[in-house]
Amino acid sequence: MSGTKEGAPFALKLRGVSKRFGGVQALNQVDFNVRAGEVHCLAGENGCGKSTLIKIVTGVYTPEPGAEIEVFGEPQTGMTPTQARDMGIAVIWQDLALFPHMTVAENIGFDQMVGGRPRLAALGQIRARAAQLLERLGVTLDLDARLNTLPIAQRQIVAIARALMGEARLIFMDEPTASLTQSETDALLGIVRTLSTEGVAIVFVSHRLAEVLEISSRVTVVRDGRLEGIYPTEGMTQARLGELMTGHTMDHQVIARDKSAAAPVLEIDGLSRHGQFEDISLTIRKGEVVGLTGLIGAGRTELAHALIGRTRPDRGMVKLCGREIRPRNIREAISLGIAYVSEDRLSLGLIQPQSIADNISITVLDRILGGLGLISPAQKKVLVSHWIEDLAVKIGRPEDAVSTLSGGNQQRVVLAKWLATEPRLLILDSPTVGVDVGARAGIFRIVHRLAEAGLAILLISDEVSEVYHNADRMLHMADGRLVETYDPRGTTVEAMEARIYA
Amino acid sequence: MSLIHRINRSLGSEALPLLGALLVVVVGFSLATPLFLTASNFGSMAFQLPVLGLLTLAMMVPILSGGLNLAIIYTANISGLTLATVLIAFGGPEAGIGAFLIGSLAALLVGTLAGLMMGLIVAYVGAHPILVSLAMMIFLRGLGEFLTRGGDISGFPDYMKVIGHGSLAGIPVPLLIFIAAAILWHIMLRRTRHGFSVFMIGSNIDAAEYSGIPTKRTLATLYALSGLICAVAGILMAARFNSVRVGHGEALLLVTVLACFLGGLDPFGGFGRVLPVCLALAILQALSSGLNLIGANQHLATAVWGLFLIAVMAIRWAAGRLNITRFGRT
Repeated sequence: MSGTKEGAPFALKLRGVSKRFGGVQALNQVDFNVRAGEVHCLAGENGCGKSTLIKIVTGVYTPEPGAEIEVFGEPQTGMTPTQARDMGIAVIWQDLALFPHMTVAENIGFDQMVGGRPRLAALGQIRARAAQLLERLGVTLDLDARLNTLPIAQRQIVAIARALMGEARLIFMDEPTASLTQSETDALLGIVRTLSTEGVAIVFVSHRLAEVLEISSRVTVVRDGRLEGIYPTEGMTQARLGELMTGHTMDHQVIARDKSAAAPVLEIDGLSRHGQFEDISLTIRKGEVVGLTGLIGAGRTELAHALIGRTRPDRGMVKLCGREIRPRNIREAISLGIAYVSEDRLSLGLIQPQSIADNISITVLDRILGGLGLISPAQKKVLVSHWIEDLAVKIGRPEDAVSTLSGGNQQRVVLAKWLATEPRLLILDSPTVGVDVGARAGIFRIVHRLAEAGLAILLISDEVSEVYHNADRMLHMADGRLVETYDPRGTTVEAMEARIYA
Repeated sequence: MSLIHRINRSLGSEALPLLGALLVVVVGFSLATPLFLTASNFGSMAFQLPVLGLLTLAMMVPILSGGLNLAIIYTANISGLTLATVLIAFGGPEAGIGAFLIGSLAALLVGTLAGLMMGLIVAYVGAHPILVSLAMMIFLRGLGEFLTRGGDISGFPDYMKVIGHGSLAGIPVPLLIFIAAAILWHIMLRRTRHGFSVFMIGSNIDAAEYSGIPTKRTLATLYALSGLICAVAGILMAARFNSVRVGHGEALLLVTVLACFLGGLDPFGGFGRVLPVCLALAILQALSSGLNLIGANQHLATAVWGLFLIAVMAIRWAAGRLNITRFGRT
């Protein structure tokens, strides 16, 4: 946790900010402030008004009359985005708003290259400054690399450097870690800390509560457009923060049960694949939820890919319900009774532009065939409405594109399409990435119900607390090997995190 | 309102506007010339449309899968050439029905094989469909010109005229062939697992693969089917022109793409239906016939086609804007 910045001057002070869009009250009398050099977290569920607040501060929206806005001690009325930028306010949106076909240097210097009147861009100068900035952030990047050749984490750094190029003193970061791996996240948090010690104020928006508590000194919680409160993160717990954001008490007990007497569903013995995982042996029993955690790159997803036939293991044996299996592709894995919920819901889990109905029926086309082997619209309808009802997916019409749904509801559609295959083993790979705190609980209620019904579940996640609260047993994977098994009843989240991040 | 919704849901939201556009074109030309609304004009349109129509169906499926098939014309030509070769071998004008059947079967096989080869390369090598089909197009053209030495093959038996110029119960045989193909295509796309897979692949091939869709097999199959329907077009062209020449119908290649986009296919794949594409074909044919009847230059028809697509895109854009403002979007 960064030091509190009490006594430091305010970088931004808002009082009584409201905003209406037609009949929707997006923000209602919200107060907010952040001090110079402070890392302040803005927390709240999707649609609570976080983005509206950011857009008001950056001059995109005008607040309703009566709002008081003070930027670096100066009262403001009617800012434009250009004015906000000139005062040193920058936003790094989740989609980064960079230019994929331009180079790193061109992206960093973009705001300096466009101007009111035509002029020659001082490319040499911009390159030198860009190099200097990257050095200050402690990263090495090829200035001439095209942006679309870089991983997301490095693009993020380019976006930060671009903000700093414009002398930003107050930076908003919107879900900066949503698509980063754990180590990339750690690197980003390191950069945030560096900026903070240099006196730059940072407002951090994130769904990941552990991160929020780790990086910021204060957190402002917004719920349904209203200020829930401003809290110091000292002494705050994830559970408490989740409650404040959703307004519900979270059931954060350990649910672990002893399933050692149940029949084994998945038995892995000495499974290895060169460079990915080594000598993996584990058993998952009927009705058991086994958690698999560890750092990104530990080989968790790679192990899952071998189980579903995406890759072939070099050595070892996999048994499903006592029979040895060697699926050659996902189709075979499905017919054997293995379902895999990918960690990448946006590009692998669902076909975003296509309909909810098609996304649910895609895995079970064989089961909705009518006469002449043609797909029966009537059977499809029955299948789709059954799963929408069973998993309580909130949708408009089944023909709507799946992309119109919220993260939590999309994940329910993913579960629906896999449960429709009537699997015996369900592999959940980071099932709550990009899902609201409130909606996560709903997803896990479904998972527990499935386990009760006898499904064997492998839960992969890099959020230790998620595995801790939802698994019967936890496996710790590091460098491609299973290093330890934990019983949640005999340990704590903190103790486990200390081991995993050691 | 609810009727419109019902029609949109069962026929696709593109169908009604295109039907309206067709009506405007037909009424417009009827007022401009008394020759337009006549049986003979409609008859000649019905004979001209099917070749372009079949080739458009061949173009449609690869576009739905997110690809393109630039080789359709030469696949049709080389299939026609196969039929012609068999007929000549059996005596040209004296060749019997059996020879025609064997020749057609061989033509269908050649077309399917050409398509399958492209499909396999697209699926297993991962090369872009534009490159693969461009290569196939150039290969087939070169091969065809080599085999025919750039000339025509003609002199087919008389009974082939029935296919090219005959009518059954007053309906031109070529039109019947096209209607049958369009119905089969509609069923294939909307009711079979293969068709379902084509749409899913068109939107996101990786996610389709992760959902257990046999993406490689689907790609190979869909290009093979595209080649098959090209062969049908090739046989029909041979019957209509009573000759085969490599390069016949060359100008139709981009018109098929135009018809697909006019019919509401998503240029990036994943969305589109057969019926609106058929309506788009009818509009293009009516425009071209109508302009011809009022004595306009044939080149003008091509220009009007292009303008028409631009107008349709502008109208679709405006309608999209209208929907957004009407239903609100923040």
